[in-house]
Amino acid sequence: MAADIRPKRPFRWHIGIFLAPAVLVYTAIMILPLAGTLQLSLFRNIEQHQVFVGLQNFRTLFGDPNWSVGFWNALRNNVWFFIIHMIVQNPIGVMLAALLSSPKLRFAAFYRTAIFVPTILSFVIVGFAWKLILSPLWGVAPHLMDIVGLKSLFTPWLGKEQYALTALSLISVWQFVGIPMMLIYAALLSIPEEVIEAAECDGITGLSQFWKIKLPLILPSIGIISILTFVGNFNAFDLIYTAQGALAGPNYSTDILGTFLYRAFFGFQLQTGDPNMGAAIATMMFLIILGGVCVYLFLVQTRLRRYQF
Amino acid sequence: MSTATRSVSRTIGAHAILLTYTVIALFPVILVIMNSFKSRAGIFGAPLTPPTPKTFDLIGYTTVIGQGDFIHYFQNSLVVTVASLFFVLLFGAMAAFALSEYRFRGNSLMGLYLALGIMIPIRLGTVAILQLMVASGLVNTLTALILVYTAQGLPLAVFILSEFMKQVSDDLKNAGRIDGLSEYTIFFRLVLPLVRPSMATVAVFTMIPIWNDLWFPLILAPSEETKTVTLGAQLFLGQFVTNWNAVLAALSLAIMPVLILYVIFSRQLIRGITSGAVK
Repeated sequence: MAADIRPKRPFRWHIGIFLAPAVLVYTAIMILPLAGTLQLSLFRNIEQHQVFVGLQNFRTLFGDPNWSVGFWNALRNNVWFFIIHMIVQNPIGVMLAALLSSPKLRFAAFYRTAIFVPTILSFVIVGFAWKLILSPLWGVAPHLMDIVGLKSLFTPWLGKEQYALTALSLISVWQFVGIPMMLIYAALLSIPEEVIEAAECDGITGLSQFWKIKLPLILPSIGIISILTFVGNFNAFDLIYTAQGALAGPNYSTDILGTFLYRAFFGFQLQTGDPNMGAAIATMMFLIILGGVCVYLFLVQTRLRRYQF
Repeated sequence: MSTATRSVSRTIGAHAILLTYTVIALFPVILVIMNSFKSRAGIFGAPLTPPTPKTFDLIGYTTVIGQGDFIHYFQNSLVVTVASLFFVLLFGAMAAFALSEYRFRGNSLMGLYLALGIMIPIRLGTVAILQLMVASGLVNTLTALILVYTAQGLPLAVFILSEFMKQVSDDLKNAGRIDGLSEYTIFFRLVLPLVRPSMATVAVFTMIPIWNDLWFPLILAPSEETKTVTLGAQLFLGQFVTNWNAVLAALSLAIMPVLILYVIFSRQLIRGITSGAVK
């Protein structure tokens, strides 16, 4: 770079001016509040004063049954939410991408565009539209199941404790399957043709070509998708809130960390809002997400790099 | 590439799976839009058929437009989205230029610092953001939302744009320097026009989550004056839950602008994703 050739140079103000707006807004609105939230979790409001209480809020969160039952329930549900995404969304995404990337496939652009449509819609639309479809009042879902002869299997899934969370996870999968599809599709397109040709010369085609050649090469993308899914899932709120309300009914069976945080922070019905407990829950979410990102960065990504070109 | 080994049946299979999934992806959207143009009897009597002259009815739309202040919510969403987008792109591009063009002490550290926000969601800071907005009197203003969304969009914008700015030829910029252009002119006149396609990609990536967000409007700006269309639709749907015509019409009104924009920009968006912007 030219700037390095000049030996002694005056202080380059323009670098600061270029960086300043972004760094200021980002620091003031994102980093400081994040740090502030972590800090708030160590305080408690006693007689209108913020008093430092150390880890007392976390002790309440894990020890006091009023909080711990809800927290573990939300965490368990959130893990299940994530598992459904991993075992349904990502394989479907990979399969669709593999099909889309097959050479000389007609209408590929149409399929790609259409399958991505749900991803651009807001949770409010998605949550409500599915609520209507699955509603026994309207009868679209039972009617459709009747066509394939499965009407007896229909129940109001969103209203039953044992099914509601899985149903909502699948709705979320429906919405977001476009993202793994697109990223894997991009990864598949970037595989050099020589590699594929070499495989074909060796007689590896079709499915075995996918398993033996392409899949190992797109593993880094699958890693990225997994971590994006992880961060997105442990930060989710909107879909549950729209479809089931802040109480995440029936009987908290669809409560995840996002809705739990919302109720703790703002209060709902009989419970009054508590910013400090809200901050404690946000801190736990931060630690969970940070943990996941670290596992990905230090364990998964470093091992995956071996497969890259 | 050799196609000799691919059989016709495999192609048919691929089309069958893709078509099935396309139907699954589009069915709920089409169902909602279709039924929003029907009378109540039509909605319940034959939900799967398109509106016929007999069942066609705009009662849902008249209810929505009469009851909810949707035009106003729409304006709010538009103001918030466009303003945030403008700041994300301007500030993001400036920071990306500084990081990709100049070597200075702390460059990669600064890059890492700005990239933190890609992985750590801004929502986790909500408690303190609300306190900050209360302290500065910005609660229930669109400014609060614009600030938050600008901060939210910046990390990814800086990351993607600096990847692209590294590809702008050094010779061009140096030619500009020899001609006596200032660094600002080089940035605004030479570099920005060249990275316009990637700016469009970033714009689409930034826009969708802002337009669709429910969390921050709910917490920072829930007043009637500042409701965004997403929050407005949420509350409206909650109130009119038994008026199916109105609910379906409101859903359709919320779907259609996004859908139209998507159809116009889908090429740009998909090219953005598949060009390896997200590695």
